[in-house]
Amino acid sequence: MNSVLVFALAGVGLILLGLYALLVQRHLLRKVLAFNVISSGIFLILAGLARRAPGAEPDPVPQAMVLTGIVVAVAATALALAMIQALRTATGRTRLDDDGED
Amino acid sequence: MAWLNLLPLAIDLVLALTLLWLAWRALSSPDLFRAVVLFIALGLVLGLVWVRLDAVDIALAEIALGAGVTGALLLAALAKLQPGATDSAEPASAAEFAAALEGDPDTPRPALAERAATGTAPIALGSTLDERPVGAAAGTAPIALRWLIALLLIPPCIGLGLVVWQLWVPAPGLTDLVAARLDESGVTYPVTAVLLNFRGYDTLLELAVLLLALIGVWSLSPAPHLDDAEPEPALAALSRLLAPLMILVAAYLVWIGAQAPGGAFQAGSVLGAAGVLLRLSGWRLSPRATGWPLRLALVLGVAVFAFIGLAVIGLGQPLLGYPAGWAKPAILAIELAATLSIGTILAALFIGGRP
Amino acid sequence: MLVSLSILLLLAGAVFFLAGTLGLLRFPDVYTRLHALTKADNLGLGLIVLGLMLQADSLAAAGKLLFIWLLLLAASATAGQLVASWAQGKGIKPWRG
Repeated sequence: MNSVLVFALAGVGLILLGLYALLVQRHLLRKVLAFNVISSGIFLILAGLARRAPGAEPDPVPQAMVLTGIVVAVAATALALAMIQALRTATGRTRLDDDGED
Repeated sequence: MAWLNLLPLAIDLVLALTLLWLAWRALSSPDLFRAVVLFIALGLVLGLVWVRLDAVDIALAEIALGAGVTGALLLAALAKLQPGATDSAEPASAAEFAAALEGDPDTPRPALAERAATGTAPIALGSTLDERPVGAAAGTAPIALRWLIALLLIPPCIGLGLVVWQLWVPAPGLTDLVAARLDESGVTYPVTAVLLNFRGYDTLLELAVLLLALIGVWSLSPAPHLDDAEPEPALAALSRLLAPLMILVAAYLVWIGAQAPGGAFQAGSVLGAAGVLLRLSGWRLSPRATGWPLRLALVLGVAVFAFIGLAVIGLGQPLLGYPAGWAKPAILAIELAATLSIGTILAALFIGGRP
Repeated sequence: MLVSLSILLLLAGAVFFLAGTLGLLRFPDVYTRLHALTKADNLGLGLIVLGLMLQADSLAAAGKLLFIWLLLLAASATAGQLVASWAQGKGIKPWRG
Protein backbone atom coordinates (compact mmCIF):
# COMPACT_ATOMS: atom_id res chain seq x y z
CA MET A 1 0.00 0.00 0.00
CA ASN A 2 2.80 2.41 0.79
CA SER A 3 4.47 2.01 -2.56
CA VAL A 4 1.16 2.75 -4.25
CA LEU A 5 1.03 6.04 -2.37
CA VAL A 6 4.55 6.77 -3.64
CA PHE A 7 3.36 6.38 -7.22
CA ALA A 8 0.26 8.47 -6.66
CA LEU A 9 2.36 11.29 -5.20
CA ALA A 10 4.70 10.94 -8.18
CA GLY A 11 1.57 11.44 -10.28
CA VAL A 12 0.91 14.72 -8.45
CA GLY A 13 4.51 15.70 -9.15
CA LEU A 14 4.08 14.93 -12.84
CA ILE A 15 0.94 17.09 -12.93
CA LEU A 16 2.87 19.96 -11.36
CA LEU A 17 5.77 19.62 -13.82
CA GLY A 18 3.45 19.30 -16.78
CA LEU A 19 1.30 22.28 -15.82
CA TYR A 20 4.35 24.45 -15.32
CA ALA A 21 5.79 23.46 -18.67
CA LEU A 22 2.43 23.91 -20.40
CA LEU A 23 2.16 27.48 -19.15
CA VAL A 24 5.76 28.52 -19.52
CA GLN A 25 7.04 26.88 -22.70
CA ARG A 26 6.19 28.63 -25.93
CA HIS A 27 6.93 26.07 -28.61
CA LEU A 28 3.72 24.23 -29.41
CA LEU A 29 5.35 20.82 -29.62
CA ARG A 30 6.60 21.24 -26.05
CA LYS A 31 3.07 22.09 -24.98
CA VAL A 32 1.94 18.78 -26.49
CA LEU A 33 4.65 16.99 -24.50
CA ALA A 34 3.54 18.80 -21.34
CA PHE A 35 -0.08 17.81 -21.97
CA ASN A 36 0.97 14.16 -22.26
CA VAL A 37 2.94 14.37 -19.01
CA ILE A 38 -0.12 15.82 -17.23
CA SER A 39 -2.21 12.92 -18.58
CA SER A 40 0.33 10.41 -17.29
CA GLY A 41 0.19 12.03 -13.86
CA ILE A 42 -3.59 11.79 -13.76
CA PHE A 43 -3.44 8.15 -14.84
CA LEU A 44 -0.98 7.38 -12.05
CA ILE A 45 -3.37 8.79 -9.46
CA LEU A 46 -6.29 6.84 -10.95
CA ALA A 47 -4.39 3.56 -11.11
CA GLY A 48 -3.21 4.11 -7.57
CA LEU A 49 -6.82 4.57 -6.52
CA ALA A 50 -7.55 1.24 -8.19
CA ARG A 51 -5.01 -0.43 -5.93
CA ARG A 52 -6.73 0.61 -2.72
CA ALA A 53 -9.02 -2.39 -2.77
CA PRO A 54 -8.32 -4.79 0.08
CA GLY A 55 -7.42 -8.20 -1.20
CA ALA A 56 -5.34 -9.22 -4.16
CA GLU A 57 -7.56 -7.99 -6.97
CA PRO A 58 -7.29 -4.35 -7.96
CA ASP A 59 -10.40 -2.37 -8.73
CA PRO A 60 -11.06 -2.84 -12.46
CA VAL A 61 -13.11 0.31 -13.07
CA PRO A 62 -10.34 2.93 -12.64
CA GLN A 63 -8.03 0.69 -14.67
CA ALA A 64 -10.56 0.65 -17.50
CA MET A 65 -10.83 4.43 -17.24
CA VAL A 66 -7.05 4.81 -17.52
CA LEU A 67 -7.04 2.54 -20.57
CA THR A 68 -9.69 4.72 -22.18
CA GLY A 69 -7.70 7.79 -21.19
CA ILE A 70 -4.50 6.57 -22.83
CA VAL A 71 -6.27 5.98 -26.12
CA VAL A 72 -7.96 9.38 -26.01
CA ALA A 73 -4.63 11.04 -25.19
CA VAL A 74 -3.05 9.45 -28.26
CA ALA A 75 -5.92 10.64 -30.44
CA ALA A 76 -5.69 14.17 -29.03
CA THR A 77 -1.92 14.22 -29.50
CA ALA A 78 -2.24 13.16 -33.13
CA LEU A 79 -4.80 15.86 -33.84
CA ALA A 80 -2.73 18.49 -32.02
CA LEU A 81 0.37 17.57 -34.02
CA ALA A 82 -1.55 17.80 -37.28
CA MET A 83 -2.82 21.24 -36.29
CA ILE A 84 0.69 22.39 -35.40
CA GLN A 85 1.90 21.29 -38.82
CA ALA A 86 -0.99 23.11 -40.48
CA LEU A 87 -0.16 26.25 -38.49
CA ARG A 88 3.45 25.90 -39.56
CA THR A 89 2.54 25.54 -43.22
CA ALA A 90 0.17 28.49 -43.07
CA THR A 91 2.23 30.99 -41.08
CA GLY A 92 5.74 29.57 -40.77
CA ARG A 93 5.67 29.76 -36.97
CA THR A 94 5.35 27.13 -34.28
CA ARG A 95 4.25 29.52 -31.57
CA LEU A 96 0.94 31.16 -31.02
CA ASP A 97 0.57 34.79 -32.07
CA ASP A 98 0.12 36.40 -28.69
CA ASP A 99 3.10 34.64 -27.10
CA GLY A 100 5.51 37.54 -27.06
CA GLU A 101 7.87 38.41 -29.84
CA ASP A 102 9.41 35.81 -31.99
CA MET B 1 17.31 -9.44 7.00
CA ALA B 2 14.47 -7.07 7.77
CA TRP B 3 15.73 -4.66 5.14
CA LEU B 4 14.67 -7.15 2.47
CA ASN B 5 11.07 -6.24 3.24
CA LEU B 6 11.85 -2.67 2.32
CA LEU B 7 13.35 -3.67 -1.03
CA PRO B 8 10.10 -3.44 -3.05
CA LEU B 9 9.39 -0.04 -1.55
CA ALA B 10 12.92 1.09 -2.39
CA ILE B 11 12.51 -0.10 -5.99
CA ASP B 12 9.21 1.74 -6.27
CA LEU B 13 10.79 4.87 -4.84
CA VAL B 14 13.59 4.66 -7.42
CA LEU B 15 11.03 4.17 -10.21
CA ALA B 16 8.95 7.14 -9.03
CA LEU B 17 12.00 9.40 -8.79
CA THR B 18 13.12 8.25 -12.25
CA LEU B 19 9.69 9.22 -13.59
CA LEU B 20 9.91 12.69 -12.12
CA TRP B 21 13.49 13.20 -13.27
CA LEU B 22 12.74 12.02 -16.81
CA ALA B 23 9.68 14.26 -17.01
CA TRP B 24 11.64 17.26 -15.81
CA ARG B 25 14.47 16.64 -18.28
CA ALA B 26 12.10 15.98 -21.14
CA LEU B 27 10.16 19.19 -20.54
CA SER B 28 13.17 21.43 -19.96
CA SER B 29 15.61 20.11 -22.54
CA PRO B 30 16.59 22.83 -25.02
CA ASP B 31 16.99 20.32 -27.84
CA LEU B 32 13.57 19.22 -29.07
CA PHE B 33 14.75 15.87 -30.39
CA ARG B 34 16.26 15.00 -27.03
CA ALA B 35 13.03 16.06 -25.36
CA VAL B 36 11.01 13.68 -27.52
CA VAL B 37 13.39 10.78 -26.93
CA LEU B 38 13.31 11.37 -23.18
CA PHE B 39 9.53 11.43 -23.40
CA ILE B 40 9.57 8.00 -25.07
CA ALA B 41 11.84 6.76 -22.28
CA LEU B 42 9.35 8.20 -19.77
CA GLY B 43 6.63 6.13 -21.43
CA LEU B 44 8.70 2.96 -21.10
CA VAL B 45 9.46 3.53 -17.39
CA LEU B 46 5.77 4.32 -16.90
CA GLY B 47 5.02 0.88 -18.37
CA LEU B 48 7.20 -0.65 -15.64
CA VAL B 49 5.30 1.37 -13.05
CA TRP B 50 1.98 0.06 -14.32
CA VAL B 51 3.24 -3.49 -13.88
CA ARG B 52 4.27 -2.64 -10.32
CA LEU B 53 0.74 -1.34 -9.76
CA ASP B 54 -0.80 -4.65 -10.92
CA ALA B 55 -2.28 -3.00 -13.99
CA VAL B 56 -0.94 -5.18 -16.78
CA ASP B 57 -3.51 -4.06 -19.37
CA ILE B 58 -2.50 -0.47 -18.80
CA ALA B 59 1.16 -1.47 -19.13
CA LEU B 60 0.48 -3.10 -22.50
CA ALA B 61 -1.46 -0.08 -23.72
CA GLU B 62 1.07 2.42 -22.38
CA ILE B 63 4.06 0.79 -24.03
CA ALA B 64 2.33 0.25 -27.34
CA LEU B 65 0.42 3.53 -27.47
CA GLY B 66 1.98 5.94 -25.03
CA ALA B 67 5.60 5.18 -25.80
CA GLY B 68 5.35 3.57 -29.23
CA VAL B 69 2.69 5.28 -31.30
CA THR B 70 2.97 8.66 -29.56
CA GLY B 71 6.73 8.53 -29.97
CA ALA B 72 6.41 7.75 -33.67
CA LEU B 73 3.88 10.59 -34.10
CA LEU B 74 6.12 13.07 -32.28
CA LEU B 75 9.22 12.11 -34.25
CA ALA B 76 7.36 12.34 -37.55
CA ALA B 77 5.97 15.75 -36.59
CA LEU B 78 9.44 16.87 -35.51
CA ALA B 79 10.88 15.90 -38.87
CA LYS B 80 8.16 17.86 -40.67
CA LEU B 81 8.65 20.91 -38.45
CA GLN B 82 12.28 21.35 -39.43
CA PRO B 83 13.08 24.84 -40.67
CA GLY B 84 12.97 24.65 -44.41
CA ALA B 85 11.47 21.19 -44.41
CA THR B 86 8.11 22.54 -45.48
CA ASP B 87 7.17 25.29 -47.90
CA SER B 88 6.50 27.77 -45.14
CA ALA B 89 6.85 31.54 -44.93
CA GLU B 90 10.51 32.14 -45.65
CA PRO B 91 11.58 35.09 -43.47
CA ALA B 92 10.60 33.60 -40.15
CA SER B 93 12.08 30.18 -40.78
CA ALA B 94 15.29 31.41 -42.38
CA ALA B 95 15.95 33.82 -39.55
CA GLU B 96 15.32 31.19 -36.94
CA PHE B 97 17.45 28.69 -38.81
CA ALA B 98 20.35 31.13 -38.94
CA ALA B 99 19.92 32.10 -35.33
CA ALA B 100 19.84 28.46 -34.31
CA LEU B 101 23.05 27.65 -36.10
CA GLU B 102 24.74 30.83 -34.88
CA GLY B 103 26.45 31.17 -38.13
CA ASP B 104 26.34 30.49 -41.80
CA PRO B 105 22.91 29.24 -42.90
CA ASP B 106 24.39 27.89 -46.11
CA THR B 107 26.38 25.14 -44.47
CA PRO B 108 24.12 23.36 -42.07
CA ARG B 109 25.81 20.02 -42.43
CA PRO B 110 28.82 20.34 -40.11
CA ALA B 111 26.67 21.82 -37.37
CA LEU B 112 24.18 18.99 -37.74
CA ALA B 113 26.94 16.41 -37.64
CA GLU B 114 28.38 18.05 -34.57
CA ARG B 115 25.07 17.98 -32.78
CA ALA B 116 24.36 14.40 -33.82
CA ALA B 117 27.79 13.27 -32.69
CA THR B 118 27.31 14.75 -29.27
CA GLY B 119 23.73 13.58 -28.97
CA THR B 120 23.15 10.58 -26.83
CA ALA B 121 19.97 9.31 -28.42
CA PRO B 122 20.53 6.16 -30.47
CA ILE B 123 17.40 6.36 -32.59
CA ALA B 124 17.25 9.01 -35.28
CA LEU B 125 14.50 9.29 -37.81
CA GLY B 126 15.46 12.73 -39.08
CA SER B 127 17.52 15.79 -38.32
CA THR B 128 17.81 16.95 -34.77
CA LEU B 129 17.49 20.66 -35.05
CA ASP B 130 15.41 22.80 -32.79
CA GLU B 131 14.53 26.37 -33.56
CA ARG B 132 16.00 28.07 -30.52
CA PRO B 133 18.44 25.70 -28.85
CA VAL B 134 20.28 28.48 -27.09
CA GLY B 135 18.93 29.66 -23.82
CA ALA B 136 15.68 28.71 -22.21
CA ALA B 137 14.79 32.38 -21.92
CA ALA B 138 14.16 32.72 -25.64
CA GLY B 139 11.76 29.80 -25.70
CA THR B 140 9.88 30.38 -22.50
CA ALA B 141 8.06 33.17 -20.76
CA PRO B 142 10.11 35.92 -19.06
CA ILE B 143 11.70 34.93 -15.80
CA ALA B 144 9.45 36.97 -13.54
CA LEU B 145 6.39 35.36 -15.06
CA ARG B 146 7.95 31.94 -14.66
CA TRP B 147 8.50 32.46 -10.95
CA LEU B 148 4.97 33.74 -10.58
CA ILE B 149 3.51 30.73 -12.34
CA ALA B 150 5.61 28.35 -10.26
CA LEU B 151 4.50 30.03 -7.02
CA LEU B 152 0.86 29.98 -8.09
CA LEU B 153 1.00 26.30 -9.05
CA ILE B 154 2.51 25.03 -5.83
CA PRO B 155 -0.47 25.51 -3.45
CA PRO B 156 -2.96 23.62 -5.65
CA CYS B 157 -0.51 20.80 -6.12
CA ILE B 158 0.16 20.60 -2.40
CA GLY B 159 -3.59 20.50 -1.94
CA LEU B 160 -3.86 17.69 -4.48
CA GLY B 161 -1.09 15.82 -2.69
CA LEU B 162 -2.94 16.16 0.61
CA VAL B 163 -6.14 14.88 -0.95
CA VAL B 164 -4.28 11.91 -2.40
CA TRP B 165 -2.68 11.25 0.98
CA GLN B 166 -6.01 11.26 2.75
CA LEU B 167 -7.59 9.03 0.12
CA TRP B 168 -5.12 6.30 0.95
CA VAL B 169 -7.34 4.10 3.04
CA PRO B 170 -8.38 0.63 1.97
CA ALA B 171 -11.60 1.02 0.04
CA PRO B 172 -13.09 -1.68 -2.10
CA GLY B 173 -14.40 0.71 -4.71
CA LEU B 174 -16.41 -1.21 -7.28
CA THR B 175 -14.43 -4.45 -7.10
CA ASP B 176 -17.15 -6.38 -5.30
CA LEU B 177 -19.88 -5.13 -7.59
CA VAL B 178 -17.94 -6.21 -10.63
CA ALA B 179 -17.02 -9.57 -9.12
CA ALA B 180 -20.64 -10.26 -8.26
CA ARG B 181 -21.87 -9.74 -11.81
CA LEU B 182 -18.83 -11.10 -13.63
CA ASP B 183 -20.57 -14.34 -14.63
CA GLU B 184 -23.25 -12.52 -16.56
CA SER B 185 -20.79 -10.35 -18.39
CA GLY B 186 -19.67 -12.96 -20.89
CA VAL B 187 -15.96 -12.81 -20.07
CA THR B 188 -13.94 -13.90 -17.06
CA TYR B 189 -11.48 -11.01 -16.85
CA PRO B 190 -12.83 -8.03 -14.87
CA VAL B 191 -11.20 -5.22 -16.85
CA THR B 192 -12.52 -6.54 -20.16
CA ALA B 193 -15.94 -6.98 -18.58
CA VAL B 194 -15.91 -3.38 -17.40
CA LEU B 195 -14.66 -2.07 -20.74
CA LEU B 196 -17.00 -3.92 -23.04
CA ASN B 197 -20.02 -4.68 -20.94
CA PHE B 198 -20.51 -2.66 -17.78
CA ARG B 199 -19.03 0.57 -19.16
CA GLY B 200 -19.51 -0.24 -22.80
CA TYR B 201 -20.91 3.23 -23.47
CA ASP B 202 -17.55 4.80 -22.59
CA THR B 203 -15.76 2.44 -24.95
CA LEU B 204 -18.16 3.20 -27.77
CA LEU B 205 -17.55 6.91 -27.35
CA GLU B 206 -13.81 6.33 -27.11
CA LEU B 207 -13.85 4.60 -30.49
CA ALA B 208 -15.82 7.54 -31.83
CA VAL B 209 -13.22 9.95 -30.42
CA LEU B 210 -10.46 8.08 -32.26
CA LEU B 211 -12.43 8.30 -35.48
CA LEU B 212 -13.12 12.00 -34.94
CA ALA B 213 -9.42 12.67 -34.41
CA LEU B 214 -8.66 10.94 -37.69
CA ILE B 215 -11.35 12.97 -39.47
CA GLY B 216 -9.78 16.10 -38.02
CA VAL B 217 -6.32 15.10 -39.18
CA TRP B 218 -7.62 14.20 -42.63
CA SER B 219 -9.42 17.48 -42.99
CA LEU B 220 -6.23 19.42 -42.41
CA SER B 221 -4.05 18.18 -45.22
CA PRO B 222 -3.76 15.67 -48.01
CA ALA B 223 -1.37 12.78 -47.52
CA PRO B 224 2.30 13.68 -47.95
CA HIS B 225 3.63 12.78 -51.34
CA LEU B 226 6.28 10.12 -50.88
CA ASP B 227 9.05 9.46 -53.29
CA ASP B 228 9.34 5.84 -54.32
CA ALA B 229 12.89 5.64 -53.11
CA GLU B 230 14.32 2.25 -52.39
CA PRO B 231 13.68 1.54 -48.71
CA GLU B 232 16.50 0.47 -46.47
CA PRO B 233 17.01 -3.27 -47.08
CA ALA B 234 17.57 -4.03 -43.39
CA LEU B 235 14.35 -2.29 -42.40
CA ALA B 236 12.44 -3.97 -45.22
CA ALA B 237 13.71 -7.38 -44.12
CA LEU B 238 12.84 -6.70 -40.50
CA SER B 239 9.35 -5.60 -41.40
CA ARG B 240 8.85 -8.72 -43.49
CA LEU B 241 9.73 -10.71 -40.38
CA LEU B 242 7.83 -8.62 -37.85
CA ALA B 243 4.62 -7.59 -39.57
CA PRO B 244 3.05 -11.09 -39.81
CA LEU B 245 4.22 -11.74 -36.25
CA MET B 246 2.56 -8.56 -35.02
CA ILE B 247 -0.70 -9.51 -36.69
CA LEU B 248 -0.49 -12.87 -34.93
CA VAL B 249 0.21 -11.19 -31.60
CA ALA B 250 -2.73 -8.86 -32.14
CA ALA B 251 -5.05 -11.77 -32.82
CA TYR B 252 -3.76 -13.53 -29.70
CA LEU B 253 -4.28 -10.42 -27.57
CA VAL B 254 -7.87 -10.04 -28.72
CA TRP B 255 -8.64 -13.66 -27.97
CA ILE B 256 -6.90 -13.81 -24.61
CA GLY B 257 -8.55 -10.58 -23.47
CA ALA B 258 -11.54 -12.53 -22.27
CA GLN B 259 -9.59 -14.24 -19.52
CA ALA B 260 -6.28 -12.44 -19.07
CA PRO B 261 -4.80 -9.00 -19.69
CA GLY B 262 -5.40 -8.15 -23.31
CA GLY B 263 -8.31 -7.05 -25.37
CA ALA B 264 -9.23 -4.90 -28.30
CA PHE B 265 -7.19 -1.79 -27.49
CA GLN B 266 -3.92 -3.51 -26.87
CA ALA B 267 -4.39 -5.66 -29.97
CA GLY B 268 -5.40 -2.64 -32.01
CA SER B 269 -2.33 -0.74 -30.90
CA VAL B 270 -0.07 -3.64 -31.94
CA LEU B 271 -1.79 -3.61 -35.33
CA GLY B 272 -1.28 0.14 -35.56
CA ALA B 273 2.39 -0.29 -34.75
CA ALA B 274 2.62 -2.91 -37.51
CA GLY B 275 1.08 -0.38 -39.87
CA VAL B 276 3.64 2.25 -38.84
CA LEU B 277 6.48 -0.24 -39.36
CA LEU B 278 5.21 -1.17 -42.81
CA ARG B 279 4.85 2.45 -43.74
CA LEU B 280 8.41 3.23 -42.62
CA SER B 281 9.81 0.32 -44.61
CA GLY B 282 8.29 1.45 -47.84
CA TRP B 283 5.08 -0.53 -48.18
CA ARG B 284 2.28 1.40 -49.85
CA LEU B 285 -1.39 0.62 -49.91
CA SER B 286 -2.59 0.16 -53.48
CA PRO B 287 -4.66 3.14 -54.69
CA ARG B 288 -7.79 1.04 -55.15
CA ALA B 289 -7.68 -0.03 -51.50
CA THR B 290 -7.61 3.53 -50.23
CA GLY B 291 -11.14 4.15 -51.38
CA TRP B 292 -14.04 2.44 -49.73
CA PRO B 293 -12.16 -0.59 -48.30
CA LEU B 294 -10.00 1.69 -46.17
CA ARG B 295 -12.96 3.74 -45.04
CA LEU B 296 -14.91 0.61 -44.26
CA ALA B 297 -12.08 -0.68 -42.07
CA LEU B 298 -11.94 2.67 -40.28
CA VAL B 299 -15.60 2.88 -39.34
CA LEU B 300 -16.21 -0.82 -38.74
CA GLY B 301 -15.50 -0.63 -35.00
CA VAL B 302 -17.90 2.18 -34.22
CA ALA B 303 -20.45 0.81 -36.70
CA VAL B 304 -20.56 -2.71 -35.25
CA PHE B 305 -20.58 -1.45 -31.68
CA ALA B 306 -23.36 1.06 -32.33
CA PHE B 307 -25.34 -1.44 -34.37
CA ILE B 308 -25.25 -4.06 -31.64
CA GLY B 309 -25.96 -1.44 -29.00
CA LEU B 310 -29.01 -0.19 -30.84
CA ALA B 311 -30.22 -3.56 -32.08
CA VAL B 312 -30.68 -4.87 -28.55
CA ILE B 313 -33.23 -2.12 -27.99
CA GLY B 314 -35.42 -3.99 -30.44
CA LEU B 315 -35.14 -7.02 -28.19
CA GLY B 316 -36.45 -5.09 -25.23
CA GLN B 317 -33.08 -4.40 -23.57
CA PRO B 318 -31.72 -0.97 -22.67
CA LEU B 319 -29.05 0.58 -24.89
CA LEU B 320 -26.01 -1.70 -25.04
CA GLY B 321 -27.65 -4.21 -22.72
CA TYR B 322 -26.72 -7.55 -24.17
CA PRO B 323 -29.44 -10.20 -23.77
CA ALA B 324 -28.68 -13.05 -21.42
CA GLY B 325 -26.39 -15.63 -23.00
CA TRP B 326 -25.54 -13.38 -25.95
CA ALA B 327 -22.93 -11.34 -24.13
CA LYS B 328 -19.91 -13.41 -25.16
CA PRO B 329 -20.59 -13.48 -28.92
CA ALA B 330 -21.53 -9.81 -28.88
CA ILE B 331 -18.33 -8.86 -27.07
CA LEU B 332 -16.25 -11.01 -29.42
CA ALA B 333 -17.80 -9.42 -32.50
CA ILE B 334 -17.30 -5.94 -31.11
CA GLU B 335 -13.70 -6.65 -30.13
CA LEU B 336 -12.76 -8.03 -33.53
CA ALA B 337 -14.25 -5.09 -35.38
CA ALA B 338 -12.75 -2.64 -32.89
CA THR B 339 -9.27 -4.16 -33.22
CA LEU B 340 -9.31 -3.76 -36.99
CA SER B 341 -10.57 -0.21 -36.72
CA ILE B 342 -8.16 0.87 -34.01
CA GLY B 343 -5.19 -0.53 -35.91
CA THR B 344 -6.23 1.18 -39.12
CA ILE B 345 -6.97 4.48 -37.41
CA LEU B 346 -3.61 4.54 -35.63
CA ALA B 347 -1.70 3.76 -38.82
CA ALA B 348 -3.70 6.42 -40.68
CA LEU B 349 -2.99 8.95 -37.92
CA PHE B 350 0.71 8.28 -38.36
CA ILE B 351 0.54 8.73 -42.13
CA GLY B 352 -1.15 12.00 -41.43
CA GLY B 353 -3.19 13.02 -44.42
CA ARG B 354 -6.18 11.91 -46.38
CA PRO B 355 -5.31 9.49 -49.19
CA MET C 1 19.45 -24.30 -6.25
CA LEU C 2 17.78 -23.39 -9.51
CA VAL C 3 16.66 -20.15 -7.93
CA SER C 4 20.16 -19.16 -6.86
CA LEU C 5 21.53 -19.95 -10.33
CA SER C 6 18.76 -17.82 -11.80
CA ILE C 7 19.57 -14.96 -9.44
CA LEU C 8 23.22 -15.21 -10.45
CA LEU C 9 22.30 -14.98 -14.12
CA LEU C 10 20.02 -12.01 -13.47
CA LEU C 11 22.79 -10.19 -11.64
CA ALA C 12 25.25 -10.94 -14.45
CA GLY C 13 22.74 -9.55 -16.94
CA ALA C 14 22.37 -6.41 -14.84
CA VAL C 15 26.15 -5.98 -14.83
CA PHE C 16 26.24 -6.15 -18.62
CA PHE C 17 23.44 -3.59 -18.84
CA LEU C 18 25.41 -1.32 -16.53
CA ALA C 19 28.43 -1.71 -18.78
CA GLY C 20 26.37 -0.92 -21.85
CA THR C 21 24.89 2.18 -20.25
CA LEU C 22 28.34 3.33 -19.18
CA GLY C 23 29.48 2.89 -22.76
CA LEU C 24 26.50 4.87 -24.02
CA LEU C 25 27.41 7.75 -21.76
CA ARG C 26 31.15 7.75 -22.17
CA PHE C 27 32.03 6.64 -25.68
CA PRO C 28 33.18 9.36 -28.06
CA ASP C 29 31.02 8.93 -31.17
CA VAL C 30 27.88 7.36 -32.59
CA TYR C 31 29.51 4.21 -33.90
CA THR C 32 31.19 3.19 -30.66
CA ARG C 33 28.00 3.95 -28.75
CA LEU C 34 26.15 1.61 -31.08
CA HIS C 35 28.64 -1.10 -30.16
CA ALA C 36 27.88 -0.59 -26.49
CA LEU C 37 24.14 -0.59 -27.03
CA THR C 38 23.73 -3.51 -29.35
CA LYS C 39 26.37 -5.87 -28.01
CA ALA C 40 26.41 -5.32 -24.27
CA ASP C 41 22.70 -4.71 -23.87
CA ASN C 42 21.68 -7.73 -25.92
CA LEU C 43 24.05 -9.98 -24.03
CA GLY C 44 22.72 -8.60 -20.78
CA LEU C 45 19.19 -9.23 -21.95
CA GLY C 46 20.12 -12.77 -22.96
CA LEU C 47 21.47 -13.49 -19.48
CA ILE C 48 18.38 -12.01 -17.85
CA VAL C 49 16.12 -14.06 -20.11
CA LEU C 50 18.11 -17.19 -19.28
CA GLY C 51 17.75 -16.45 -15.58
CA LEU C 52 13.99 -15.92 -15.98
CA MET C 53 13.64 -19.07 -18.05
CA LEU C 54 14.96 -21.08 -15.12
CA GLN C 55 12.09 -19.74 -13.03
CA ALA C 56 9.42 -20.05 -15.69
CA ASP C 57 6.19 -21.85 -14.93
CA SER C 58 6.10 -24.00 -18.04
CA LEU C 59 8.09 -24.89 -21.11
CA ALA C 60 5.82 -22.68 -23.20
CA ALA C 61 6.52 -19.66 -21.00
CA ALA C 62 10.28 -20.34 -21.22
CA GLY C 63 10.00 -20.62 -25.00
CA LYS C 64 8.16 -17.29 -25.17
CA LEU C 65 10.92 -15.62 -23.15
CA LEU C 66 13.57 -17.01 -25.52
CA PHE C 67 11.52 -15.77 -28.45
CA ILE C 68 11.41 -12.27 -26.96
CA TRP C 69 15.18 -12.25 -26.80
CA LEU C 70 15.54 -13.42 -30.41
CA LEU C 71 13.10 -10.75 -31.62
CA LEU C 72 15.01 -8.10 -29.73
CA LEU C 73 18.26 -9.28 -31.30
CA ALA C 74 16.77 -8.84 -34.76
CA ALA C 75 15.25 -5.46 -33.94
CA SER C 76 18.34 -3.99 -32.32
CA ALA C 77 20.61 -5.27 -35.09
CA THR C 78 18.41 -3.58 -37.67
CA ALA C 79 18.18 -0.40 -35.62
CA GLY C 80 21.95 -0.34 -35.21
CA GLN C 81 22.50 -0.74 -38.93
CA LEU C 82 19.99 2.02 -39.69
CA VAL C 83 21.54 4.48 -37.25
CA ALA C 84 25.05 3.72 -38.49
CA SER C 85 24.10 4.16 -42.14
CA TRP C 86 22.27 7.42 -41.36
CA ALA C 87 25.32 8.70 -39.48
CA GLN C 88 27.54 7.78 -42.39
CA GLY C 89 25.17 9.55 -44.77
CA LYS C 90 25.42 12.69 -42.64
CA GLY C 91 29.19 12.53 -42.92
CA ILE C 92 29.99 11.75 -39.31
CA LYS C 93 33.52 10.41 -39.22
CA PRO C 94 34.42 7.58 -36.85
CA TRP C 95 36.45 8.69 -33.88
CA ARG C 96 40.14 8.13 -34.38
CA GLY C 97 41.84 8.03 -31.12
